[in-house]
Amino acid sequence: MALLEVRDLTTHFRTDDGIVKAVDGVSFSIEKGKTLGIVGESGCGKSVTCLTIMGLNPKKMTISSGEALFKGEDLLHASSSRLREIRGNDVAMIFQDPMTSLNPVHKIGDQLGEAILLHRDVTKRQARARSAELLKAVGIPHAERRLDDYPHQFSGGMRQRVMIAMALVNDPDLLIADEPTTALDVTTQAQILNLLDRLQEEFGSAIIMITHDLGVVAEIADEVVVMYAAKVIERAPVGDLFRKPRHPYTWGLLGSLPRLDTDTERLVQIPGSPPSLLNPPAGCRFNPRCAYAFDRCRAEQPVLEPVPGEAEHLQACFLDEETKERENRRLQAGSLAEEAS
Amino acid sequence: MAEELLVVEDLKKHFPITRGIIFQKQIAAVKAVDGVSFTVNRGETLGVVGESGCGKSTMARCVMRLLDPSGGKVIFDGRDITNISQAEMRPIRREMMMIFQDPYASLNPRKRVGFIIGEALEVNKMGSGREIKQRVQELLDIVGLNPEHYNRFPHEFSGGQRQRIGVARALAVNPKLIVCDEPVSALDVSVQAQILNLLKDLQDEFNLTYVFIAHDLNVVRHISNRVMVMYLGSVAEVAGRDQLYSAPKHPYTGALLSAVPVPDPELGRQRKRIVLEGDVPSPINPPSACRFHPRCPRFHEGVCDVVDPPVREFGEDHAATCHYPLEAWPLTDAQMRGAGEPVAS
Repeated sequence: MALLEVRDLTTHFRTDDGIVKAVDGVSFSIEKGKTLGIVGESGCGKSVTCLTIMGLNPKKMTISSGEALFKGEDLLHASSSRLREIRGNDVAMIFQDPMTSLNPVHKIGDQLGEAILLHRDVTKRQARARSAELLKAVGIPHAERRLDDYPHQFSGGMRQRVMIAMALVNDPDLLIADEPTTALDVTTQAQILNLLDRLQEEFGSAIIMITHDLGVVAEIADEVVVMYAAKVIERAPVGDLFRKPRHPYTWGLLGSLPRLDTDTERLVQIPGSPPSLLNPPAGCRFNPRCAYAFDRCRAEQPVLEPVPGEAEHLQACFLDEETKERENRRLQAGSLAEEAS
Repeated sequence: MAEELLVVEDLKKHFPITRGIIFQKQIAAVKAVDGVSFTVNRGETLGVVGESGCGKSTMARCVMRLLDPSGGKVIFDGRDITNISQAEMRPIRREMMMIFQDPYASLNPRKRVGFIIGEALEVNKMGSGREIKQRVQELLDIVGLNPEHYNRFPHEFSGGQRQRIGVARALAVNPKLIVCDEPVSALDVSVQAQILNLLKDLQDEFNLTYVFIAHDLNVVRHISNRVMVMYLGSVAEVAGRDQLYSAPKHPYTGALLSAVPVPDPELGRQRKRIVLEGDVPSPINPPSACRFHPRCPRFHEGVCDVVDPPVREFGEDHAATCHYPLEAWPLTDAQMRGAGEPVAS
């Protein structure tokens, strides 16, 4: 059984302008000890998906449906007290911005200790010892002494390490990391990615990594979900996604990356910008920006289904396989850009 | 061909740290930029990379004279502009424009797009009201926006479109040099590609010269002819793009290159990353001699922390400031650490 299985998850927000369909029928699953990457541009619903699973959306404005089965238990229909037990204990989250997700007026040691005291029956002294141990595990020098420091005394990378330590205090089975390295420099990012890798080996947690950086996904994910305008448009093992992408949007994403290992004069550009989720386009959500769209794409919504002959690779696109094979070859050869421009 | 448009010599910018309210006394200085020299040739793009806090933006602001340098020289188009007055600076300003990082904060939300783009034309009295309007609409068209959007406000545009407005504003007065300070960092990848393509097309069309500041090495490689790597207020390495990316000499450049995630699962996982320890030190009290020495995998005690590293030339247009430059690339971690005697310079 999968550790977490999300089925047909839908989250709608009520706003003054109408209902925003932030997540619309998303399904995926993740096994123990694996890493799942969720990629997409800002506003595609990747963060909201995870906030919904964790029950962190404002209740009054949210309508959610579907199922999120964590070890067989549906998190969407769990009571708030049960959710409080699960959060921080079985499932933990690392947020994007280490500058704002720590409380500036409390000592690091107290903030770490709080997470332990809430879930474990231990003394303050034991909690402190455990905090120090974790700070050491995430590579902060002089861990004992730094427990009494405030967040402002740490640099950005150090704060992100503290956030990771905080997420790990109770050995969670699932770690949700929402853009954990976006605010960091490349050398620090490399440190944090190495750290996550090492900790996953050590603690055996599953990781859901939300990011817009395909490079990061390529380095750490086992399986990738690509989201566009609140829907999953492609899902595949990491190797297949990069070698045999099936959806025109994925081609656009891959082609628009300037890369160190290839030489292209022009980048593939996806014209226009993502649609409003208040009033998404009819049919395939990507059709107004898609160079390959035909009549069916404008009328019917494609369903996420396996690529013929590949059970693990799912796509939501009507384009015929022949065209896909051809365009994919051109993408890999770096010649997709010339015509698109 | 290689005609110099901008020459910067030993540029310094120190921000004083003072103590006391009435009798202020300088107790230290943040050495944001400390002895940076480079040249930019007409029609080329110089990419500037480095981590946050390495002084790339301060350097750009000094070059634009938005900040007054504490030392050194800035020569633009054959004229020393380091110490000239603001009044003398004004006619030169129209020849050097800037594109900013944040497309939300850099456009006045209360002004219409037509005014924002046309303001520089108006200030410089470059035409009547009607001519300016015509020019602005032409500019909107050039950067790929609808000329009918002339009367809209910035909030009616998306991030990518706002950045296009920023580009149009910079282009308005036909500048010779455009300094782009992280112009695509705040944008999504697909939109980032649109802006990068646009900047390239404009350069070909109007023979522009760019100083392109970014922290993303992939982006810099894509757009630059030459690249300068900065570390803690000084230049670590300058080289032609292909040399820098295929044969870096400075260990810091090597570490940066190896830290960039490669969007290719097989290649990315085979590759050995050189992970630097620790963080960038404070520019208030930078490490002695070579500023990179506390984090450098090739650190040699008694040399790197005592003797200022020499600027070493490697063929034409490739220089690195290091005692123990890299012999080859790529290197394994062990090779990176083992280095012979310093080459006498």
